[in-house]
Amino acid sequence: MKAHLSRRYLFSASHRLHSEAMTKEENQTTYGKCNNPFGHGHNYTVEVTVSGQVDAKTGMVCNLTDLDTFIEKEILARYDHENLNMLPEFAQEVPTTENLCIRIYEIVQRGFRFAHLERVRLEETMMNSFEYAG
Amino acid sequence: MVYLTRKAEFSASHLYHNPDFTAEENRRVFGKCNNPNGHGHNYTLEVTVKGEVDPRSGFVVDLKQLKEIMHREVLDAMDHRFLNKEVPEFLHQIPTTENIAIAIWQRLNAKLTAAKLHCVRVYETPDLFVDFYGEK
Repeated sequence: MKAHLSRRYLFSASHRLHSEAMTKEENQTTYGKCNNPFGHGHNYTVEVTVSGQVDAKTGMVCNLTDLDTFIEKEILARYDHENLNMLPEFAQEVPTTENLCIRIYEIVQRGFRFAHLERVRLEETMMNSFEYAG
Repeated sequence: MVYLTRKAEFSASHLYHNPDFTAEENRRVFGKCNNPNGHGHNYTLEVTVKGEVDPRSGFVVDLKQLKEIMHREVLDAMDHRFLNKEVPEFLHQIPTTENIAIAIWQRLNAKLTAAKLHCVRVYETPDLFVDFYGEK
């Protein structure tokens, strides 16, 4: 039997939405308050969904400890309490929640070996969320 | 096709233990969940059914019937129970969230006639849930 397991994690980070490809006015029109040069922050919730056959010996798609350890090391340690604009992946790319969602998906997709990654859902606030499934 | 989701809550205790594992293996694989005295959760169940909207009633399914089936087949059996000892599926199978979702699917799928079961989602905590779509 194939089941989907989802786990939610919290991290807090700051960012500024600003594109070098746009004029000052365009940036302000496009990003509004998010273009504030000093940045601002969010409490993000990342929801990771993996899938696979339920192991008959353990009753699990994958051991939650393996997923938690991976996310802690590769995602939370990387993004929690950071300024996203200072990170190499956002040196050339605007750290919108869309782009952050894709980066997180890519990290999990590349590195997590214990189950198949289905999707990453990223909530920027309780009102905004983004999903990426590759 | 329209999808309809009904939520319910139940509280139950369980433990994770495989009798084929050594005591050390059980502790390593299952961690705190291997406590022999068990522990409990408030589970949230979301049952999603799908179907065409009946032109006479405007319903995908009669919600009252769905609620009754969920109560009879799932909540009466699992709410305020020790899953390992009181629910037949878990006498010989570990009551992980995965297996609970599968067991609930099998219980409901056998009884639902008016609409087709699409997904059973079981939240063990607000931060951990399993979806089962009936896939082999």
